[in-house]
Amino acid sequence: MPTVTFEGRSYPTEPGETVLTALLRQGGAIPHSCRSGVCRSCLVRATQGTPPASSQKALKDTLRAQGYFLSCIAQPESELTVALPSDGVIGHTRAQLLAREQLAPDIFRLRLQAEEAFPFMAGQFITIRRPDGLRRSYSLAAPPTSDGTIELHVRRLPQGQLSGWLCEALELGAWVDLFGPEGSCFYLPDDPTRPLLLIGTGTGLAPLLGIVRDALAQGHTGPIQLFHGSRHPDGLYLQGELAALTVTHPNLTYTLCTSATGPRADVAAFGAIPDTSGWRVYLCGNPEMVKGAQRKAFLLGASLAEIYTDPFVRAG
Amino acid sequence: MSTLYERLGGEAAVDLAVDKFYRRVLADDRISAFFEGVDMERQAAKQKAFLTMVFGGPHHYTGKDMRDGHRHLVARGLNDSHFDAVVEDLGATLKELGIPDSDIAEVAALAETTRNDVLDR
Repeated sequence: MPTVTFEGRSYPTEPGETVLTALLRQGGAIPHSCRSGVCRSCLVRATQGTPPASSQKALKDTLRAQGYFLSCIAQPESELTVALPSDGVIGHTRAQLLAREQLAPDIFRLRLQAEEAFPFMAGQFITIRRPDGLRRSYSLAAPPTSDGTIELHVRRLPQGQLSGWLCEALELGAWVDLFGPEGSCFYLPDDPTRPLLLIGTGTGLAPLLGIVRDALAQGHTGPIQLFHGSRHPDGLYLQGELAALTVTHPNLTYTLCTSATGPRADVAAFGAIPDTSGWRVYLCGNPEMVKGAQRKAFLLGASLAEIYTDPFVRAG
Repeated sequence: MSTLYERLGGEAAVDLAVDKFYRRVLADDRISAFFEGVDMERQAAKQKAFLTMVFGGPHHYTGKDMRDGHRHLVARGLNDSHFDAVVEDLGATLKELGIPDSDIAEVAALAETTRNDVLDR
């Protein structure tokens, strides 16, 4: 029978045994509850090997694509190496600051060059570590390129320790440590005709722009509606680039929303799309907006499994 | 086809019902306040577990799980009328899916067995 490797130790399985029972029987500690493939407490990620398809069926497509599965209903068919979602079994590389461009009074676009191959999906996020250990996460605003450049949008926050360093102090050519990628907010080319709705506030535009660029590069033909919101016009950016994209890609529409003087981005979006059945929805930025819009998109008809969220928790 | 769970379509039927049921519950003014601020994905997983159970499918939930999972809501005023509303929404969901009345009655009877545990008494 196949062997499961977890935290550096090998766990032989017996016939009919699931990954969870094999690990628990031999002292492996994995959180679990229902043991029926329902509660998702026992979610793990296959870092090597292929988990049985039945153990991934209930999960979001983007989790499946990353090898996540429910260990309580997975009878392994081949050798597997598994990790807990919290293990942070993620990549690390160094990257060099190539360019920094001010897009708005407090928003900067950084381009970094990874030292070695660093696979990711646009819309996921990476964590930057400063030499003193301070870490912050930023979304990936463009798909991977052949030359290994990485695009981030950073909002310089008042008293923001890492954002101030990235936007002002870090010199061109300097090296930073990158960890990741993480996150499940990214494009999947499973249905190129499916309508996509993307709503973001502030630098929540970064992952959404990454998803839009990825979708367009992969030949998505269905409608793509992007709503970008900010309280004040100062928080909106890249209008020119986005407008140009809508010209070259007629299936893309782009709506700017300034909530101080008009409707919020989510209100505008659901006004334009009152029935979200069949839509795939991406929500990024302000956590209150993300939570409210997730509920609204679901109540208006979108399947919960088709709503991808990335609430930005502000840390400075 | 023997058990109610199999007759209704097994896991596929649960998957089909869970979005519709959860949407109906969230839109129900009598009970929607209890779902404010919850993590929707985790809540949907719980709804799926609940539906699996009331369809008579395989589950490992116990009366204690039901009590522990709802005690904070009982403290916020969860009572029989809310339980009735959920059962009503469940029946309406199954009706929408074209499930025969006799099966719906059986599901409601299974749901009824959890009432005292859910309401912690």
